[in-house]
Amino acid sequence: MLTKRIIPCLDIKDGRTVKGVNFVNLRDAGDPVELAALYSESGADELVFLDISATEEKRKTLAELVLRVAAKIRIPFTVGGGISSVEDVDLLLKNGADKVCVNSSAVKRPQLIDELSSRFGNQCIVVAIDARQISGSWKVHLVGGKQPTEIDLFEWAVEVEKRGAGEILFTSMDHDGTRNGFANQALAKLASLVNIPIIASGGAGEISHFADTFIDGKADAALAASVFHFKDIRIDELKRFLKERNIEVRL
Amino acid sequence: MKIVQIDYGAGNVKNIQFAFERFGYSPVLTSDIDEIREADKVIFPGVGEASNAMDKLRRSGLHRIIPELSQPVLGICLGMQLLCELTEENNTIGLGIFPLEVKRFSNVVKVPQIGWNNIYGLKSHLFDAITENEYMYLVHSYYVPLCEETIAKCDYELPYSGAIRRNNFYGVQFHPEKSAAAGEQLLKNFLVL
Repeated sequence: MLTKRIIPCLDIKDGRTVKGVNFVNLRDAGDPVELAALYSESGADELVFLDISATEEKRKTLAELVLRVAAKIRIPFTVGGGISSVEDVDLLLKNGADKVCVNSSAVKRPQLIDELSSRFGNQCIVVAIDARQISGSWKVHLVGGKQPTEIDLFEWAVEVEKRGAGEILFTSMDHDGTRNGFANQALAKLASLVNIPIIASGGAGEISHFADTFIDGKADAALAASVFHFKDIRIDELKRFLKERNIEVRL
Repeated sequence: MKIVQIDYGAGNVKNIQFAFERFGYSPVLTSDIDEIREADKVIFPGVGEASNAMDKLRRSGLHRIIPELSQPVLGICLGMQLLCELTEENNTIGLGIFPLEVKRFSNVVKVPQIGWNNIYGLKSHLFDAITENEYMYLVHSYYVPLCEETIAKCDYELPYSGAIRRNNFYGVQFHPEKSAAAGEQLLKNFLVL
């Protein structure tokens, strides 16, 4: 049976991991490759690298990082952050990324999704959607969730599927950082509207939150950053917990 | 041992390259017909859309060379599907080594299937030292139905072929180059077939 996936997310700035990563046993916790290898060996199913740097050399640094990650780790990984063209994606996939993730650039120019999926296949195109509730309705946000738009989350999700997204990474800005659990109601509604896999993101605090998002939120995968980086949750323990609750995972 | 990976502009070639390098082998990426014919082992990669990939094979003449190969050939993902006679993906005619038709998953399941799924009913030396129900990483919308050539099964919507074999031709639907230790074991096994 297809398993639910656990996906640690690494934020990258100028080729280094950022956000208080707390791994004493690593020679260099700031090295994304070392951290990726550690996660890969401890049972992570996939990894996401999100480049938050804004330098001119960004494209080159990210492409070089992808090459180093691909050489080292034996599980799939997705790369995102500022990707806005066919050329960007071509370089990252050639260097060994399995999937790429687009966000604001797709909202600004939805045609990008069609271009990417027809060129590279929908299996490697993840569309990330950041949203929060404004007066009771879910609105898509840009620039890492800072800038609101008038776009409805659910309409946008249906559109990105039609345009050729292979997967949706949904982050609830209302839940992100709260450690109170994922946005399971919105996730379940998304799952009823589209027929591509959905990655839940934002709100992971305890291991039970993952079970909730797989059962109540009907998510196919769950992504988290700080709970893994700070070792509040160990992936092997998390997976054993899920297995005991009859949630299919790779152990 | 000379390993080649067929270069036709439609593959996850870097990751396959890296996967072999991690255990000390260095496949040559080539579209050179003589080099492919002379290799001990041939990897036939494939990611993307079937009709474009077949066009590329035809333009380079590789569509005539591949079916004539007599050394072990391993088709991966779309590479495996293109070894078949026909695929529903844009009604594309494949290389015809396997007399099989590749089908699309129906929308009762999420398409594409993305993630780790277990393989079972393993029957080939390709799976030596790999346990029944081992997890492999898959990303695909089309599948090869169960058939005489099935050497590993997988379940998604229905039981289908996780791997197939006919004479010296092997195909795997999953990505061994992305399937952790078990995937690496399969690539090692392929080298000693």
